[in-house]
Amino acid sequence: MSGTPAASTVNDRVASWSATELGVEGRVLDVVRAPATVLSSKGEDVDPTSAEAVQLAADLVATMRVSPGCVGLAAPQVGVGARMFCVDVSEHPKTRDHHGTFVLCNAEVVEASRNEKAREGCMSVPDFTGDVKRATRLVVRGQLPGTGEEVTVRANAFEARCLQHEIDHCEGLLFLDRAAGAHAIYPRKTYL
Amino acid sequence: MTQSPAPTSGSRSTHAITVLGHDRPGIIAETTARLADLGLNLEDSTMTLLRGHFAMMLICEGETGEAALEEALAPLAADGTLTVTVRPLPPEHHEPAAGTSWVLTVHGGDRPGIVSAVAGEVARVGGNITDLTTRLAGDLYLLVAEIDLPAGVEVAGVEAAIGEAAARLGVGATLRPMEADDL
Repeated sequence: MSGTPAASTVNDRVASWSATELGVEGRVLDVVRAPATVLSSKGEDVDPTSAEAVQLAADLVATMRVSPGCVGLAAPQVGVGARMFCVDVSEHPKTRDHHGTFVLCNAEVVEASRNEKAREGCMSVPDFTGDVKRATRLVVRGQLPGTGEEVTVRANAFEARCLQHEIDHCEGLLFLDRAAGAHAIYPRKTYL
Repeated sequence: MTQSPAPTSGSRSTHAITVLGHDRPGIIAETTARLADLGLNLEDSTMTLLRGHFAMMLICEGETGEAALEEALAPLAADGTLTVTVRPLPPEHHEPAAGTSWVLTVHGGDRPGIVSAVAGEVARVGGNITDLTTRLAGDLYLLVAEIDLPAGVEVAGVEAAIGEAAARLGVGATLRPMEADDL
Protein backbone atom coordinates (compact mmCIF):
# COMPACT_ATOMS: atom_id res chain seq x y z
CA MET A 1 0.00 0.00 0.00
CA SER A 2 1.32 3.40 -0.93
CA GLY A 3 0.62 6.72 0.77
CA THR A 4 1.80 8.02 4.09
CA PRO A 5 0.49 6.20 7.15
CA ALA A 6 -1.34 9.31 8.32
CA ALA A 7 -3.17 9.68 5.00
CA SER A 8 -3.83 6.00 4.51
CA THR A 9 -7.44 5.04 5.01
CA VAL A 10 -7.11 1.49 3.80
CA ASN A 11 -9.50 -0.96 5.41
CA ASP A 12 -7.21 -3.73 6.71
CA ARG A 13 -9.94 -6.35 6.65
CA VAL A 14 -10.68 -5.71 2.99
CA ALA A 15 -6.99 -5.42 2.11
CA SER A 16 -6.24 -8.79 3.69
CA TRP A 17 -9.22 -10.50 2.04
CA SER A 18 -8.37 -13.05 -0.61
CA ALA A 19 -10.34 -15.38 -2.83
CA THR A 20 -8.94 -18.39 -0.94
CA GLU A 21 -11.35 -17.44 1.89
CA LEU A 22 -14.18 -18.48 -0.38
CA GLY A 23 -13.07 -22.12 -0.27
CA VAL A 24 -14.26 -22.90 -3.77
CA GLU A 25 -12.49 -23.04 -7.08
CA GLY A 26 -13.31 -20.15 -9.40
CA ARG A 27 -14.32 -20.92 -12.96
CA VAL A 28 -13.40 -18.73 -15.89
CA LEU A 29 -16.65 -17.47 -17.44
CA ASP A 30 -17.32 -15.86 -20.79
CA VAL A 31 -17.49 -12.06 -20.69
CA VAL A 32 -20.60 -10.71 -22.42
CA ARG A 33 -20.51 -7.65 -24.63
CA ALA A 34 -22.88 -4.76 -25.28
CA PRO A 35 -25.63 -4.71 -26.49
CA ALA A 36 -26.42 -7.66 -24.19
CA THR A 37 -29.58 -6.87 -22.19
CA VAL A 38 -28.03 -7.98 -18.89
CA LEU A 39 -25.55 -5.09 -19.15
CA SER A 40 -28.37 -2.56 -19.28
CA SER A 41 -30.46 -4.07 -16.48
CA LYS A 42 -30.30 -3.30 -12.77
CA GLY A 43 -28.82 -6.25 -10.89
CA GLU A 44 -30.68 -8.08 -8.11
CA ASP A 45 -29.52 -7.90 -4.50
CA VAL A 46 -27.53 -10.97 -3.51
CA ASP A 47 -27.27 -12.96 -0.26
CA PRO A 48 -23.50 -12.80 0.22
CA THR A 49 -23.48 -15.94 2.39
CA SER A 50 -25.28 -18.15 -0.10
CA ALA A 51 -23.35 -20.91 -1.89
CA GLU A 52 -24.39 -19.35 -5.18
CA ALA A 53 -22.91 -15.98 -4.27
CA VAL A 54 -19.69 -17.55 -3.00
CA GLN A 55 -19.25 -19.42 -6.27
CA LEU A 56 -20.02 -16.30 -8.30
CA ALA A 57 -17.44 -14.33 -6.30
CA ALA A 58 -14.80 -16.98 -7.01
CA ASP A 59 -15.77 -17.05 -10.67
CA LEU A 60 -15.49 -13.26 -10.98
CA VAL A 61 -12.00 -13.27 -9.49
CA ALA A 62 -10.90 -16.20 -11.69
CA THR A 63 -12.24 -14.52 -14.81
CA MET A 64 -10.62 -11.18 -13.91
CA ARG A 65 -7.29 -12.95 -13.33
CA VAL A 66 -7.12 -14.46 -16.80
CA SER A 67 -8.21 -11.25 -18.57
CA PRO A 68 -5.20 -9.11 -19.53
CA GLY A 69 -5.36 -5.61 -18.08
CA CYS A 70 -8.62 -6.29 -16.29
CA VAL A 71 -8.89 -4.31 -13.02
CA GLY A 72 -12.51 -5.09 -12.22
CA LEU A 73 -15.37 -7.29 -13.29
CA ALA A 74 -19.05 -7.08 -12.36
CA ALA A 75 -21.57 -9.94 -12.33
CA PRO A 76 -23.60 -8.55 -15.28
CA GLN A 77 -20.42 -8.82 -17.37
CA VAL A 78 -20.49 -12.58 -16.97
CA GLY A 79 -24.20 -12.66 -17.73
CA VAL A 80 -25.47 -12.68 -14.13
CA GLY A 81 -27.86 -9.86 -13.15
CA ALA A 82 -26.58 -9.56 -9.58
CA ARG A 83 -25.10 -6.74 -7.50
CA MET A 84 -21.62 -8.17 -7.09
CA PHE A 85 -18.22 -7.25 -8.49
CA CYS A 86 -14.53 -7.83 -7.95
CA VAL A 87 -11.69 -5.34 -8.33
CA ASP A 88 -7.91 -5.39 -8.17
CA VAL A 89 -6.10 -2.23 -9.19
CA SER A 90 -2.84 -3.11 -7.41
CA GLU A 91 -0.85 -3.41 -10.65
CA HIS A 92 -2.20 -0.29 -12.32
CA PRO A 93 0.12 2.75 -12.66
CA LYS A 94 -2.64 5.26 -11.81
CA THR A 95 -3.31 3.56 -8.49
CA ARG A 96 -2.48 5.28 -5.20
CA ASP A 97 -3.87 3.48 -2.17
CA HIS A 98 -5.56 0.17 -2.83
CA HIS A 99 -7.07 -2.89 -1.19
CA GLY A 100 -5.70 -5.57 -3.50
CA THR A 101 -8.20 -8.12 -4.72
CA PHE A 102 -11.64 -8.02 -3.16
CA VAL A 103 -15.27 -8.72 -3.94
CA LEU A 104 -18.21 -6.61 -2.76
CA CYS A 105 -21.88 -7.52 -2.72
CA ASN A 106 -24.75 -5.01 -2.79
CA ALA A 107 -22.27 -2.14 -2.75
CA GLU A 108 -23.38 1.46 -2.69
CA VAL A 109 -21.64 4.80 -2.81
CA VAL A 110 -21.87 6.61 0.53
CA GLU A 111 -19.71 9.63 -0.26
CA ALA A 112 -18.11 10.89 -3.45
CA SER A 113 -16.06 14.01 -4.05
CA ARG A 114 -13.28 15.62 -6.10
CA ASN A 115 -14.41 14.74 -9.61
CA GLU A 116 -11.86 14.26 -12.34
CA LYS A 117 -12.28 13.34 -15.97
CA ALA A 118 -10.29 10.40 -17.36
CA ARG A 119 -10.41 7.84 -20.17
CA GLU A 120 -12.05 4.50 -19.42
CA GLY A 121 -12.48 1.24 -21.26
CA CYS A 122 -14.49 -1.87 -20.51
CA MET A 123 -14.20 -5.54 -21.47
CA SER A 124 -17.90 -5.49 -22.32
CA VAL A 125 -17.46 -2.53 -24.70
CA PRO A 126 -14.23 -3.57 -26.41
CA ASP A 127 -14.45 -1.22 -29.38
CA PHE A 128 -14.71 2.11 -27.51
CA THR A 129 -13.07 4.13 -24.80
CA GLY A 130 -14.55 7.26 -23.28
CA ASP A 131 -13.93 10.28 -21.09
CA VAL A 132 -15.89 9.99 -17.87
CA LYS A 133 -15.97 12.27 -14.86
CA ARG A 134 -15.74 10.34 -11.59
CA ALA A 135 -15.04 11.10 -7.95
CA THR A 136 -11.44 10.55 -6.87
CA ARG A 137 -12.39 10.36 -3.19
CA LEU A 138 -14.98 7.72 -2.51
CA VAL A 139 -16.61 5.89 0.37
CA VAL A 140 -18.36 2.65 -0.55
CA ARG A 141 -20.31 0.29 1.70
CA GLY A 142 -20.94 -3.34 0.85
CA GLN A 143 -20.67 -6.91 2.06
CA LEU A 144 -17.90 -9.45 1.67
CA PRO A 145 -18.95 -12.71 0.03
CA GLY A 146 -18.81 -15.76 2.27
CA THR A 147 -18.98 -14.13 5.70
CA GLY A 148 -21.40 -11.41 4.65
CA GLU A 149 -19.57 -8.89 6.86
CA GLU A 150 -20.49 -5.30 6.09
CA VAL A 151 -17.40 -3.27 5.22
CA THR A 152 -16.72 0.34 4.39
CA VAL A 153 -14.05 1.03 1.81
CA ARG A 154 -12.44 4.45 1.50
CA ALA A 155 -10.88 4.58 -1.92
CA ASN A 156 -9.04 7.20 -3.90
CA ALA A 157 -7.59 7.79 -7.38
CA PHE A 158 -7.85 4.81 -9.70
CA GLU A 159 -9.39 2.43 -7.20
CA ALA A 160 -12.19 4.96 -6.65
CA ARG A 161 -12.78 5.18 -10.42
CA CYS A 162 -12.79 1.42 -10.76
CA LEU A 163 -15.30 0.98 -7.91
CA GLN A 164 -17.69 3.51 -9.47
CA HIS A 165 -17.39 1.79 -12.86
CA GLU A 166 -18.25 -1.60 -11.31
CA ILE A 167 -21.08 -0.23 -9.15
CA ASP A 168 -22.50 1.32 -12.32
CA HIS A 169 -22.47 -2.12 -13.97
CA CYS A 170 -24.57 -3.43 -11.08
CA GLU A 171 -27.04 -0.58 -11.78
CA GLY A 172 -27.22 -1.46 -15.47
CA LEU A 173 -25.05 1.49 -16.54
CA LEU A 174 -22.02 1.46 -18.83
CA PHE A 175 -19.35 4.15 -19.07
CA LEU A 176 -21.07 5.10 -22.34
CA ASP A 177 -24.00 6.34 -20.22
CA ARG A 178 -21.66 8.80 -18.51
CA ALA A 179 -19.93 10.17 -21.61
CA ALA A 180 -18.84 13.72 -20.90
CA GLY A 181 -20.08 14.96 -24.29
CA ALA A 182 -20.67 14.16 -27.95
CA HIS A 183 -16.93 13.92 -28.59
CA ALA A 184 -16.05 11.95 -25.47
CA ILE A 185 -16.31 8.44 -26.94
CA TYR A 186 -13.42 7.16 -29.04
CA PRO A 187 -13.14 4.10 -31.27
CA ARG A 188 -10.38 1.71 -30.29
CA LYS A 189 -10.12 0.58 -33.90
CA THR A 190 -10.10 2.61 -37.05
CA TYR A 191 -12.34 1.47 -39.87
CA LEU A 192 -10.35 0.92 -43.00
CA MET B 1 -1.82 26.05 -60.19
CA THR B 2 -4.13 28.75 -59.07
CA GLN B 3 -3.29 32.34 -58.58
CA SER B 4 -4.69 34.38 -55.77
CA PRO B 5 -7.37 36.45 -57.43
CA ALA B 6 -7.48 40.03 -56.34
CA PRO B 7 -10.47 40.75 -54.13
CA THR B 8 -13.27 42.04 -56.30
CA SER B 9 -14.59 44.36 -53.67
CA GLY B 10 -14.03 45.37 -50.10
CA SER B 11 -17.08 43.52 -48.90
CA ARG B 12 -16.48 40.59 -46.57
CA SER B 13 -18.56 37.47 -46.65
CA THR B 14 -18.80 34.09 -45.01
CA HIS B 15 -18.78 30.75 -46.80
CA ALA B 16 -19.27 27.14 -45.80
CA ILE B 17 -16.90 24.68 -47.44
CA THR B 18 -17.30 20.93 -47.32
CA VAL B 19 -14.71 18.41 -48.43
CA LEU B 20 -15.82 14.77 -48.56
CA GLY B 21 -14.37 11.60 -49.96
CA HIS B 22 -11.42 9.22 -50.00
CA ASP B 23 -8.99 9.85 -47.15
CA ARG B 24 -5.29 10.39 -47.79
CA PRO B 25 -2.52 12.40 -46.15
CA GLY B 26 -2.41 16.09 -47.05
CA ILE B 27 -6.05 16.97 -47.72
CA ILE B 28 -6.24 19.49 -44.88
CA ALA B 29 -2.84 20.95 -45.71
CA GLU B 30 -3.81 21.46 -49.34
CA THR B 31 -7.26 22.85 -48.62
CA THR B 32 -6.15 25.33 -46.00
CA ALA B 33 -3.13 26.44 -48.04
CA ARG B 34 -5.46 27.43 -50.87
CA LEU B 35 -7.69 29.34 -48.45
CA ALA B 36 -4.70 31.04 -46.85
CA ASP B 37 -3.50 32.14 -50.29
CA LEU B 38 -6.83 33.93 -50.65
CA GLY B 39 -6.35 35.65 -47.30
CA LEU B 40 -9.37 33.94 -45.77
CA ASN B 41 -9.91 33.40 -42.06
CA LEU B 42 -10.97 29.94 -40.88
CA GLU B 43 -13.57 30.83 -38.30
CA ASP B 44 -14.69 27.34 -37.42
CA SER B 45 -13.97 23.82 -38.58
CA THR B 46 -14.62 20.20 -37.90
CA MET B 47 -13.04 17.19 -39.52
CA THR B 48 -13.36 13.50 -38.86
CA LEU B 49 -13.33 10.16 -40.59
CA LEU B 50 -16.85 8.83 -41.10
CA ARG B 51 -16.54 5.09 -41.58
CA GLY B 52 -13.10 5.78 -43.05
CA HIS B 53 -14.27 8.56 -45.37
CA PHE B 54 -12.68 11.99 -45.03
CA ALA B 55 -15.30 14.57 -43.94
CA MET B 56 -14.50 18.22 -43.28
CA MET B 57 -16.60 21.34 -42.87
CA LEU B 58 -15.10 24.81 -42.69
CA ILE B 59 -16.54 28.24 -42.12
CA CYS B 60 -14.31 30.88 -43.66
CA GLU B 61 -14.59 34.64 -43.80
CA GLY B 62 -12.97 37.09 -46.14
CA GLU B 63 -13.27 39.16 -49.27
CA THR B 64 -13.31 36.28 -51.75
CA GLY B 65 -16.56 35.50 -53.52
CA GLU B 66 -18.16 32.12 -54.10
CA ALA B 67 -16.94 31.70 -57.69
CA ALA B 68 -13.34 32.53 -56.83
CA LEU B 69 -13.43 30.13 -53.89
CA GLU B 70 -14.77 27.32 -56.05
CA GLU B 71 -12.11 27.96 -58.63
CA ALA B 72 -9.34 27.97 -56.03
CA LEU B 73 -10.51 24.66 -54.53
CA ALA B 74 -11.34 22.91 -57.80
CA PRO B 75 -7.93 21.16 -58.07
CA LEU B 76 -8.76 19.26 -54.85
CA ALA B 77 -11.55 17.46 -56.65
CA ALA B 78 -9.70 17.03 -59.93
CA ASP B 79 -8.92 13.33 -59.52
CA GLY B 80 -12.52 12.50 -58.61
CA THR B 81 -11.82 11.13 -55.13
CA LEU B 82 -13.03 14.23 -53.26
CA THR B 83 -16.18 16.31 -53.50
CA VAL B 84 -15.86 19.99 -52.63
CA THR B 85 -18.76 22.38 -52.15
CA VAL B 86 -18.79 26.10 -51.44
CA ARG B 87 -21.92 27.89 -50.21
CA PRO B 88 -22.38 31.49 -49.03
CA LEU B 89 -23.80 31.84 -45.55
CA PRO B 90 -25.90 34.76 -44.32
CA PRO B 91 -24.84 36.47 -41.12
CA GLU B 92 -25.87 34.42 -38.12
CA HIS B 93 -27.09 35.99 -34.92
CA HIS B 94 -26.42 33.81 -31.93
CA GLU B 95 -28.79 34.31 -29.09
CA PRO B 96 -27.57 33.12 -25.75
CA ALA B 97 -29.39 29.93 -24.78
CA ALA B 98 -31.85 30.57 -21.98
CA GLY B 99 -32.45 26.92 -21.21
CA THR B 100 -30.40 24.04 -19.89
CA SER B 101 -27.78 21.80 -21.50
CA TRP B 102 -27.83 18.01 -21.39
CA VAL B 103 -25.90 15.00 -22.64
CA LEU B 104 -27.99 12.18 -24.07
CA THR B 105 -26.52 8.69 -24.50
CA VAL B 106 -28.41 5.96 -26.36
CA HIS B 107 -26.96 2.52 -26.97
CA GLY B 108 -28.16 -0.92 -27.89
CA GLY B 109 -28.54 -3.33 -30.76
CA ASP B 110 -28.20 -1.74 -34.16
CA ARG B 111 -31.43 -1.19 -36.10
CA PRO B 112 -32.85 1.52 -38.35
CA GLY B 113 -34.65 4.47 -36.79
CA ILE B 114 -32.82 4.97 -33.49
CA VAL B 115 -31.58 8.49 -34.24
CA SER B 116 -34.87 9.67 -35.76
CA ALA B 117 -36.95 8.31 -32.87
CA VAL B 118 -34.82 10.00 -30.24
CA ALA B 119 -34.29 13.23 -32.17
CA GLY B 120 -38.04 13.41 -32.73
CA GLU B 121 -38.68 13.47 -28.99
CA VAL B 122 -36.11 16.22 -28.53
CA ALA B 123 -37.62 18.30 -31.34
CA ARG B 124 -41.15 17.81 -29.98
CA VAL B 125 -40.34 19.98 -26.96
CA GLY B 126 -38.33 22.54 -28.93
CA GLY B 127 -35.02 21.02 -27.82
CA ASN B 128 -31.99 21.71 -29.98
CA ILE B 129 -29.29 19.13 -30.67
CA THR B 130 -26.03 21.10 -30.70
CA ASP B 131 -23.61 18.24 -31.22
CA LEU B 132 -24.05 14.65 -32.23
CA THR B 133 -21.87 11.59 -32.65
CA THR B 134 -23.12 8.15 -33.62
CA ARG B 135 -20.96 5.08 -33.87
CA LEU B 136 -21.42 1.47 -34.82
CA ALA B 137 -19.15 -1.35 -33.65
CA GLY B 138 -20.27 -4.86 -34.38
CA ASP B 139 -23.90 -4.96 -33.32
CA LEU B 140 -23.54 -2.11 -30.82
CA TYR B 141 -25.04 1.19 -31.92
CA LEU B 142 -24.11 4.26 -29.90
CA LEU B 143 -25.47 7.80 -30.00
CA VAL B 144 -24.17 10.66 -27.86
CA ALA B 145 -25.86 14.03 -28.30
CA GLU B 146 -25.54 17.40 -26.61
CA ILE B 147 -28.92 19.02 -26.24
CA ASP B 148 -30.21 22.45 -25.26
CA LEU B 149 -33.68 22.31 -23.74
CA PRO B 150 -35.72 25.53 -23.57
CA ALA B 151 -36.37 27.09 -20.21
CA GLY B 152 -39.61 25.83 -18.73
CA VAL B 153 -39.47 22.38 -20.29
CA GLU B 154 -40.17 19.65 -17.79
CA VAL B 155 -36.98 17.60 -18.13
CA ALA B 156 -38.32 14.51 -16.39
CA GLY B 157 -41.09 14.34 -18.98
CA VAL B 158 -38.61 14.67 -21.86
CA GLU B 159 -36.41 11.99 -20.31
CA ALA B 160 -39.38 9.66 -19.96
CA ALA B 161 -40.48 10.27 -23.57
CA ILE B 162 -36.97 9.61 -24.88
CA GLY B 163 -36.75 6.52 -22.69
CA GLU B 164 -40.04 5.18 -24.06
CA ALA B 165 -39.02 5.89 -27.66
CA ALA B 166 -35.71 4.13 -27.05
CA ALA B 167 -37.37 1.18 -25.32
CA ARG B 168 -39.71 0.66 -28.30
CA LEU B 169 -36.56 0.10 -30.37
CA GLY B 170 -34.97 -2.13 -27.75
CA VAL B 171 -32.25 0.34 -26.80
CA GLY B 172 -31.52 2.27 -23.61
CA ALA B 173 -31.24 6.04 -23.09
CA THR B 174 -29.60 8.15 -20.40
CA LEU B 175 -30.05 11.93 -20.04
CA ARG B 176 -27.66 13.80 -17.76
CA PRO B 177 -26.94 17.49 -17.16
CA MET B 178 -23.99 18.83 -19.13
CA GLU B 179 -21.31 19.63 -16.61
CA ALA B 180 -19.13 22.63 -17.22
CA ASP B 181 -16.30 23.40 -14.87
CA ASP B 182 -15.71 27.14 -14.74
CA LEU B 183 -12.18 27.68 -13.58
